[in-house]
Amino acid sequence: MIEKALKGGPRYWAWISFLLLVILIGFISYLRQLSVGLGITGMSRDISWGVYIAQFTYLVGVAAGAVMLVMPKYLHGYKRYGDIIIFGEFLAIAAVTMCLLFIIADLGQPMRLMNVLLHPTPNSILFWDMIVLNGYLFINLIVGYNTLLAMRKNVPPPGWIKPFIYVSIPWAFSIHTVTAFLYCGLPGRHAWLTAIMAPRFLASAFASGPAFLLIMLMIIKRVTRWSPDPEAIQNVARTICYAMIANLFFLGLEFFTSFYSNIPGHMNPLKYLFWGLWGHNALVPWMRTSVIVGLIGVFIMLVPQLRRKEGFLILGCAAIVLGTWIDKGVGLVIGGFIPNPFEKITEYQPTLPEISITLGIWATGFLILTVLYKMVIYLKERDLAAE
Amino acid sequence: MGIDRRSFLKIVGLSALGVSSGAWEVLQPGEVDAAHGHAAAEHVEKAATRWAMVVDMRRCKDEKGCTKCIDACRLVHNIPVIDNPKREVKWIWKEEYEHAFPDSHNEYMPDELKETPFILMCNHCDHPPCVRVCPTKATFKRPDGIVAMDYHRCIGCRFCMAACPYGSRNLNWINPRPYIKEINNEFPTRMKGVVEKCNFCVERLAKGLQPACVEACHCGALLFGNLHDPESNVRRVLRSNVSIRRKPELGTHPCVFYLV
Amino acid sequence: MYDTGKIIVGLAIFVGLVTSPIWLNKGKAAPKPSPKLDTPAIQQLEKKECVESRQFMRSTHMQLLNEWRDRALRKGERRYINKKGEKIYISLQNTCMKCHSNKKEFCDTCHNYTDIKPYCWDCHFIPEGRKTWASTEGHS
Repeated sequence: MIEKALKGGPRYWAWISFLLLVILIGFISYLRQLSVGLGITGMSRDISWGVYIAQFTYLVGVAAGAVMLVMPKYLHGYKRYGDIIIFGEFLAIAAVTMCLLFIIADLGQPMRLMNVLLHPTPNSILFWDMIVLNGYLFINLIVGYNTLLAMRKNVPPPGWIKPFIYVSIPWAFSIHTVTAFLYCGLPGRHAWLTAIMAPRFLASAFASGPAFLLIMLMIIKRVTRWSPDPEAIQNVARTICYAMIANLFFLGLEFFTSFYSNIPGHMNPLKYLFWGLWGHNALVPWMRTSVIVGLIGVFIMLVPQLRRKEGFLILGCAAIVLGTWIDKGVGLVIGGFIPNPFEKITEYQPTLPEISITLGIWATGFLILTVLYKMVIYLKERDLAAE
Repeated sequence: MGIDRRSFLKIVGLSALGVSSGAWEVLQPGEVDAAHGHAAAEHVEKAATRWAMVVDMRRCKDEKGCTKCIDACRLVHNIPVIDNPKREVKWIWKEEYEHAFPDSHNEYMPDELKETPFILMCNHCDHPPCVRVCPTKATFKRPDGIVAMDYHRCIGCRFCMAACPYGSRNLNWINPRPYIKEINNEFPTRMKGVVEKCNFCVERLAKGLQPACVEACHCGALLFGNLHDPESNVRRVLRSNVSIRRKPELGTHPCVFYLV
Repeated sequence: MYDTGKIIVGLAIFVGLVTSPIWLNKGKAAPKPSPKLDTPAIQQLEKKECVESRQFMRSTHMQLLNEWRDRALRKGERRYINKKGEKIYISLQNTCMKCHSNKKEFCDTCHNYTDIKPYCWDCHFIPEGRKTWASTEGHS
């Protein structure tokens, strides 16, 4: 099947070359990080996690989002998703791979990665995160690959993958719940110490994952002869809308609890993120943009006349992807470290090598996604030609 | 495969049950803090030794600008001197009251107290969040209460740095060796990419010595002793003075006490 | 068969690449390592034997060092009883390196030969030349 990804027009090859170039630059930066240490990043004693862990957190959500297609199809027999579900599964594969790469990029001693398996430590949430993420990758590889093989032969997927599909539903919830537990069980990090961290993560995942998927499907529609079922697209858009409303609602809950209780420790991180605190306000424009584009996204998805216009739909999805990305990929991790345990503020600014490693990993994810989607598109176009 | 769906489900169900009950025990904070299995039982029986530090700020405050304890620690443990505060490594350091005790600060306190730099270090908590989160047991709790580091095992994930509410942990963002001013051959250095912190001079305790900072302090502001011995120096001092600890509300049970 | 020419060329390039270390290093065979055991400390020993037999140390010293490390550091146990029942003090610095003070002629000969780079010395001190590491190893 993979050889189908080696055939494409000049635009396809230009895209692949571009991705390979970005990966190469990222890889060179990573070699430098390996020799010098994490000192080449903008992280510090106070902001000890940065853009790598933030991307990891965001992408766990994108991966978990695929379940919003699997659930209606397999639990409620919603047939219209049958055609696009494989795109969701492949998106999950690419996203989880990026998650794992971001974790490795973040380690101070990556050569010792296997210590996590050599000395299994069940009281560490990171141990469980490793299990659920690898498990989710494994499940999606099995399901995605066998679905693809079945598509090639024009037969329904084999029955034995059904249990894997059903397991993938709670498993998708687990990856984001466990990832939330990484943060929300730490004493003294007030911004993270909230019981609704897992629900917030899930709501944001079920908005950002499907929104990301819809953008991909719209691009596929424009660059190939195959196009997805418009009614299925509309339904995904509705899901995104509900999830994003829940996500913004949860954010509002955080504001209420922090500010009505008037507890400084809980107010300070939110103040820092949205208004600036003690003269530091680097993230204020980001966080305000996040809320504004989130609301714009909800508005577009909520009004049927807008949602049904493809241009607006893409705009709405892009707004939601951007909003949730800033919320989790920028604000959440950094906000948890500000102020620091001494009630002081150190700000964080990723460095150029750090950004290029980050882009390199994103490009790796897109390369995986492109190759996987290319195979699916080949089969879809073949079927169209046969009809 | 000679396994039908029913037996498959049985196996899955049973193993899920096993995992969840095992996980439940394991997730009880503090119970699995120690590096080896039998330590939990010892914990219940109360180990013979529980090391603790008392910092008498009444004695320390008059020694303005004194850095004897910090210098001694730096020398003994080959701690690098890195000027950039983002990259610095510190095991024992000074911080003003309002930053050391941010939750119990008020503006009407004596100026003297407000301006006094407190001596901070790892609290060697009874329920250390850093140990709870470490995915490789690279940081672990010894039966004598010391929260120790195994630099050979640390993968540099920095989960412990996020978990420590006292800012006591440092990553070696770069190779520390070029930044070590004076070298002590008796103690190793660290390498880039591992986390380090105060170890209560576990290597000196093994030889029957006091921690380096305690030995270096000439005004008697640092007292080190066994909390489980009712007649120990630290217990006597704690019995007859009011002491405070950093962020006790977090349930970590810090074992560095301050007299003010 | 389709594309016979391409496949054969591809195979040739592949085989060439895979075997390149052999061609590139032809005639440059590294001499068999001979770790030196003639340090002053060893010469003063009556019975010239390590903590375990020579055969055991050759094949298993890395596992033994790992075990010693975990015992000393994690459990605080500094006593090792060897196969003969002798008590040995567990310490890289004060037991191993006291006799084998010639890291360059002892440890490094085999490690270089097999291209193994143990990271012991990133943190621990090399017995000789202690004074110079800060400047010479600073960049590594």
